Amino acid sequence: MRLEVLNRGYGPGTKLLFATIRLFSRHPVPDAAKLVFYRPDFYGSRAKEFTHEAMRGPSPWSVGDRELMAAYVSQANESAFCIGAHTATARQAYQDGPKVAAVLADLESAPVEKPLQATLRMLGKLTREGKVGAEDLRQVLSTGVSRQQVEDALAVCAAFNTTDRLADAFGFEVLSPEGFEAGAKYLLKRGYR
Amino acid sequence: MHRAVLTEDKKRAAYRALENRILNGEGRASPEQRARAFSNAGLSSPLDGLLGKVATRPTQVTDADIAAARAAGFSEDELFELVICAAVGQSARLYDAGLAALAEAVAGEEDG
Repeated sequence: MRLEVLNRGYGPGTKLLFATIRLFSRHPVPDAAKLVFYRPDFYGSRAKEFTHEAMRGPSPWSVGDRELMAAYVSQANESAFCIGAHTATARQAYQDGPKVAAVLADLESAPVEKPLQATLRMLGKLTREGKVGAEDLRQVLSTGVSRQQVEDALAVCAAFNTTDRLADAFGFEVLSPEGFEAGAKYLLKRGYR
Repeated sequence: MHRAVLTEDKKRAAYRALENRILNGEGRASPEQRARAFSNAGLSSPLDGLLGKVATRPTQVTDADIAAARAAGFSEDELFELVICAAVGQSARLYDAGLAALAEAVAGEEDG
């Protein structure tokens, strides 16, 4: 990563934890995981709490839906690390690789439910343009999406607009496909906390 | 319904706790500097280049942007904090814009 403190600035306990993760996963510790262990009182602890709540807390959206939103927002930001991580996690959560690939290739022609499609469209616009209007939201609500679902989707959007920026600003190393699959398995088992 | 409201409060409360910590808690960068990074406004060169990219085109951040900020006297820990503030600040603006548009859409529905 671009800041040397993020590569090396960890105490003995954290270094031991990283070594254990490497041993058991047989993959390097992803930079996304390292970041939240650096001075966790400043960012990591609360970021994990918020991201876990957005991605795994109670919601009418499934875990797969929310991981797909994370991948879609990351694609709008062109954030290579996060696209890889959350595409893999959405695929595993849904057990449906073709669906995830179709959404990311072309949302409008993808075989996906209208409410999810409309929500993804709105999140993409908000992420790319920095704003959405009441008309965009009325369009989402008209497909049957509840107010709660919109609010939950906006929380996912906030979480990944933060993580995408940090991934690219700090220069997270993009993992191998096997590394992303291992990370996805972990995120589905343990979440973000 | 009550459960749904409480659930949403928990998500937003967790976000506000993060914002509050990075802006107002202890840090190596001054609270004023962190507030400017968060709002992407009032920053001087070369920080404005680095943090402006974090906010609006993060894939274009380069090693040179970090090196320029280091050469201007900012420590790695200060940059760690300021980059986080810039990223969370932009996300907060998106979150708020989405929630405001939703409130307006729902209000219009109720009026109509």
